[in-house]
Amino acid sequence: MSAEPICGADIVIKALVDQGVDVVFGYPGGAVLPIYDSLFKQNSLRHILVRQEGGAVHAAEGYARSTGRVGVVLVTSGPGATNAVTGLTDALMDSVPVVCLTGQVPTHLIGNDAFQEADTTGITRPCTKHNYLVKDVNELARILHEAFYVAKSGRPGPVVVDLPKDVLFALGSYAGPEQGTHKTYRPQLEADPARVAEAAALIATAKRPLFYGGGGIVNSGPEACARFTELVRLVDAPCTLTLMGLGAFPASDPHFLGMVGMHGLYESNMAMHDCDLMIAVGSRFDDRVTGRLNAFSPGSKKIHIDIDPSSLNKNVRVDVPLLGDCGTVLAALIAALKEPLRRPDGAARQSWWRQVDAWRGRDCLRYDRSRSDLIKPQYAIERLYALTRDRDPFITTEVGQHQMWAAQFFKFERPYHWMTSGGLGTMGYGLPAAMGVQVGHPDALVIDIAGEASILMNIQEMSTIAQYRLPVKAFILNNQYMGMVRQWQELLHGGRYSESYTAALPDFVKLAEAFGAKGMRVERPAELDDAIRAMIDAPGAVVLDVAVDEMENCFPMIPSGAAHNEMLLGPRDEAARPVSEEGMVLV
Amino acid sequence: MSDTERHTIAVLVDNEPGILARVVGLFSGRGYNIESLTVAEVDRINNLSRITVVTSGTRMIIEQIKAQLSRLVPVHKVHDLTDEGPYVEREMALIKVVGKGEARDECLRLADVFRARVVDSTTESFVFEMTGSAEKLNAFITLMEPLGLAEVSRTGAVAIARGAGSF
Repeated sequence: MSAEPICGADIVIKALVDQGVDVVFGYPGGAVLPIYDSLFKQNSLRHILVRQEGGAVHAAEGYARSTGRVGVVLVTSGPGATNAVTGLTDALMDSVPVVCLTGQVPTHLIGNDAFQEADTTGITRPCTKHNYLVKDVNELARILHEAFYVAKSGRPGPVVVDLPKDVLFALGSYAGPEQGTHKTYRPQLEADPARVAEAAALIATAKRPLFYGGGGIVNSGPEACARFTELVRLVDAPCTLTLMGLGAFPASDPHFLGMVGMHGLYESNMAMHDCDLMIAVGSRFDDRVTGRLNAFSPGSKKIHIDIDPSSLNKNVRVDVPLLGDCGTVLAALIAALKEPLRRPDGAARQSWWRQVDAWRGRDCLRYDRSRSDLIKPQYAIERLYALTRDRDPFITTEVGQHQMWAAQFFKFERPYHWMTSGGLGTMGYGLPAAMGVQVGHPDALVIDIAGEASILMNIQEMSTIAQYRLPVKAFILNNQYMGMVRQWQELLHGGRYSESYTAALPDFVKLAEAFGAKGMRVERPAELDDAIRAMIDAPGAVVLDVAVDEMENCFPMIPSGAAHNEMLLGPRDEAARPVSEEGMVLV
Repeated sequence: MSDTERHTIAVLVDNEPGILARVVGLFSGRGYNIESLTVAEVDRINNLSRITVVTSGTRMIIEQIKAQLSRLVPVHKVHDLTDEGPYVEREMALIKVVGKGEARDECLRLADVFRARVVDSTTESFVFEMTGSAEKLNAFITLMEPLGLAEVSRTGAVAIARGAGSF
C-alpha cells in the first residue's frame, strides 16, 4: 500500500509501470482524459497514438506476439470501445494476451444512454477472456494486476477493464502487483503422469507417427518450441504446423512437412490422413485443419496436449488428452521416452518416410513459372523470402490469398516472427500489427505481406507509422481482386465475380508519399529483385505495390466439405471435382 | 453416437456483476440447450453463488459444456451431478387455478394427493405451492388444466448430491 492516496488515473499508470509495460497503443477521448493527463506527467510509459482504435488492438497483438509480452491498449468509452471489438475478438480467437483499458461514463450515468456510453462489458463479454467494470477506486489496482495475470496465464487472451471517469478522478490506495493473481483461476500446467506414460507408450510403438503443432507451442514460449523440436527429432517423425504454429519448428529441418490444412501442403495433409498416431501439440483441430470431420485421419490414435480443457475432445475425439502447458508436458514426455530410451521401429519408420517422400515428390506448390511478362504472386513471395531471410525478418499478413501464399512460401526458423490473423481472419490486421511489431523491435526488418483490398481496411495507420518514423515495409500483392473471394466464386458460384473486383484502387505510390513513406510499384518479374532490395535498404517506411497475375488461385486446396486425401492440386482438379452440396454451405 | 442425455450441472461462481450473463451467454453463443437455470447466493462470507443448470446434449456436447463453464474465470467448480452419483433434484412451482363448484372441489382433492399446499385462496381461486421433481410438477399442472389452470410460475430445478460429501 502506498501511504498517500492517489487518483484513479495515477493508479492506472502506476499499475502499468509495475507490470513492466513500456508501451501503450491508444487513442484519447472524453472518458479517458484523466489517464491521458497522468500519461502526460510521466516518462516511464510510451504512448503510440493510432488513427483508429481497431489499429490499436492489432498493434498491441503484433507487439504481444513478437515479444511474448502482454500488449496494452487504451481507448475511450462508446465508439472507442466498440471500434476495439474486432481486435479483441481476433485476440480471443488467436489466444493473444492483450489488456484493453476502456473509458466509461461516470458510474452515476451508467445505464442512462449518456454521451459516448456503450455497455462495454456487455458487448465485450463474449469476445474477451474476461472483463471488469471498476466501480470502486480502491479495487482498481487489484483488478488491473489481476487483468494482466488472467491475460497471460493459461490459454492467453484479451481482457477488458472498463474505467468510469469518476473512478479515474477519485482518490484511492494503490497496491502493487505482489498478490496480483486471481482467487481461484489457476490453469493446470502439468499433465497427469499416468496419461504421459500412456502417450509415451503409444509414441514408442507407432509405425506412422505425425506431429501436428499449433500456436499453443508459440504461446507457451521459445522454450516449449525447443522442446517440441527436440521431441520431433527424438521420435524421428514428420512434423506439420498450423497457420498459427509456423515458427514453432524450424522450417529448414528435414522433418518439417510444411503447413497443414485447407491450403496446407499435400504431404502434410496426406500424412495427417494416413498416420497411425497423431501427436497434436497446442493445436485445436480447427475446421481449416480437419476438413470433413467424418473422414479426418480415420486410422490414427490421437494424443492431444493443450492447456485449455475445452479444446480437448471438442471437434475430434482423442485417445490420450494431456491437459497442461505445452512446454511442461513436452518435457515430461521427452523424459518418459528417454527413460528407458525407446527407439522407433526402424523398418516401419523407413517405409513411412518413403511414403512421405513420395508425397513430397508431387511438388504441390509448383506454379507456372514460364511467364516473363507477369509476376506470379508465389514468385513474389519466394523472392521476398530469398532476399530477406538473412535479415531475420518479422512478417505480418492481412487475410486472403496472399496470406496463404506467405504461409506456404515464406520459411520460419524461429517463433515470434510470424503474425497473422488465423482464427478470426481479420482483413486489415497486417499493417497495424506490423506497426506494433516494429515498436517492439525498433531495429528489425518488419514486413506486412498484404493484399491491396485488406490493407485499405486499416490504411489510416500509415499516418501512425509516419508519426513515429516506424520503418515498416508493406509488400502488397496487388491483383485488384479480393482474391480469395474470387477464388471461391470460381469454385462455388460459376465464376460470377459478384463485388469482388475493386474498381478505383488508389495509386499506392502516391498514397505512400502522401503519408511520408516511400512508394514503389513493379509490374515485371525482372524488376522485382531490385525493388525488394530498394525496399529493405530504405531507412524508412515503404509501400511496394507488386502488380501480380490477377487470376492466379491458391493451391493446393482442400475444398470445403472434402477430406485431406481429396485435395485439389491445381486448376485442373478444380474443374474435375465440383464441391459437394454439403460443402457449399460451409465457410 | 448422437444420443441426447439430460444432465444437471451445479456451478459454483463468484457472486459478481455479469456472472449470470456470462454463463447464459456461453450457452446461447455456443448453441447449447438450457432446460432450466437457477441462481442464488449460497455463501455470503465467500461471496459465492450457485447456479444449477439442466441441459441436454450428446456426451461430447455435455463434456464441452462442462469444459467451457470451467474455463470462465469467475467459475470455481463445475459438478455434473448426473455423472457423479445419486443426487436430489427439486423444483418449486406456484400454480393458480380459477373456478367454482365441482371443479374447485376436485382440484383441492388432487392437491391433497400431490401434497400441494394452498398459499392463497379466494372464493373463486387457489394458489398452490408445490415442490417435487419436474415430472411430478408437470403431472399436477396437466391435471389442473381442465379444472381452471390460470397461471404457473416455476423456479427451475435445484439439486444437491446425496450423502455426506460436499463441494
